[in-house]
Amino acid sequence: MSNELKSKLVELNCQGLACPQPVIMTKKALEQKPAEMTVLVDNLAAKENVAKFAASSGYGVSIENADGIYRLNLLAKQTAVNVAAGKELAADSEAPAILLGRNTLGTGSEELGAILMKSFFVSLLELSQLPRAVMLINSGVYLAVTDSPVLQPLQELSRRGVAVMVCGTCLDYFSLKEKLAVGEVTNMYSILRELTRAGNTITL
Amino acid sequence: MYLLNDETALIQTLDFFTPIVDDPYLFGQIAAANSLSDVYAMGGKPLTAMNIVTFPVCKLSAEVLLAILSGGQQKIAEAGAVMVGGHTIDDDEPKYGLSVTGVAPPAKILTNAGARPGDVLILTKAVGTGVLYTALRAELFPQGVAAAAQSMAQLNRYAAEVMAHFPVHACTDITGFGLLGHAYEMASASEVDLEIDSRAIPLLPEAAEAAEVGLIPAGAYANREYLKSVEFHSAVPVNLQDLLFDPQTSGGLLISLPGCEASGFLQQARAAGVLVAACIGSVTGKGTGKIHVK
Repeated sequence: MSNELKSKLVELNCQGLACPQPVIMTKKALEQKPAEMTVLVDNLAAKENVAKFAASSGYGVSIENADGIYRLNLLAKQTAVNVAAGKELAADSEAPAILLGRNTLGTGSEELGAILMKSFFVSLLELSQLPRAVMLINSGVYLAVTDSPVLQPLQELSRRGVAVMVCGTCLDYFSLKEKLAVGEVTNMYSILRELTRAGNTITL
Repeated sequence: MYLLNDETALIQTLDFFTPIVDDPYLFGQIAAANSLSDVYAMGGKPLTAMNIVTFPVCKLSAEVLLAILSGGQQKIAEAGAVMVGGHTIDDDEPKYGLSVTGVAPPAKILTNAGARPGDVLILTKAVGTGVLYTALRAELFPQGVAAAAQSMAQLNRYAAEVMAHFPVHACTDITGFGLLGHAYEMASASEVDLEIDSRAIPLLPEAAEAAEVGLIPAGAYANREYLKSVEFHSAVPVNLQDLLFDPQTSGGLLISLPGCEASGFLQQARAAGVLVAACIGSVTGKGTGKIHVK
């Protein structure tokens, strides 16, 4: 295991470790309250478990998967809203949430819709105030998988504390569960909680 | 299972495993209860048991071995059975369990096939031993861990004795494939579909919290991966879903019996000390083993 401090970035190598070692090591490291941290694991159970632990500790999680090595990037949430555990701390009620019901923007041309979606995410990153959450349902979940054209901006949003909530039922329907590369798997209940909180929701 | 004559069928079963708790006596009790469980799930009574032991004689003291065997003996005696011998070999890590012989009248033998539309499903022990074993290894949730150990050490005898008074259609015990895995086996063997109410499932203390923070054994993910015929209502939280796939050790009985018999069964079960017994769902109709969890 390596635990190098790169400026303020902590990287935890949990490859080759059996459950629950990756969670235990992540727990110990998070006790230092780093603003951000990366955890490396090499199996699905460890990836799921570390992601769950981090989310329950108030960290946004984005996951990259390369050749079977999962890189979990954890970022302390600015808004400190823990959707998975249903705990609410200081919430930024001004920032809107965005609900995406498909992976293209607008109707008329699918090709144009995909181009618009890319441009949408790039522009979103340049806003002075980021949304508090991006919720993906139906074909919108395609935006959060490994070969998504907007994966990088979505991962960056997640890194910056935006909750990326991906509908689990939809992932199952499209058989995409294993290809999820950013955000947390959630259910309709959690999405509804987010929709009915104070602050605007933008539906695209 | 072997038909000896018209009145008696012989049941033969065995199981053994490595320690899942730190206390050797408790480990012996749990391993024995686990090994005896299959006989109860089939509607039988244990008669004799033999110890299966591996033990690192150079690493652990004889007192530890004695404690394990004493725990096992306590459960065998509680089951009304007799320990008739056993075998021990040297090995790097300790393992313990029993080979059990039981009997049942052939007409009363229960299998996991036979559940019928209109049946209600009853579960007799709380779920979450896999998650809490992971918590033990992480040195977290000690209360939950202690409760799990007590639950695992309980014999399914008392639930089985209540079963004998009711027209049970099918029964199985809940072990490594998790509640949903064994429910699927029952549904598929019986050619029915099931509905399970996730909110009705008895959970061990702190199991939900432990699952929420990711203390989930790899086996739960393997069970989830394998079971394609389970569908969750979108409101079932992920930690509860994980608990339904959580591999159990020495779990309770999953019983399918006519809906009209359910409340009578629960009343008698609770009177017999099976306080956790609960209705967790129903057989919705003929089918192929699909399970809808709400």
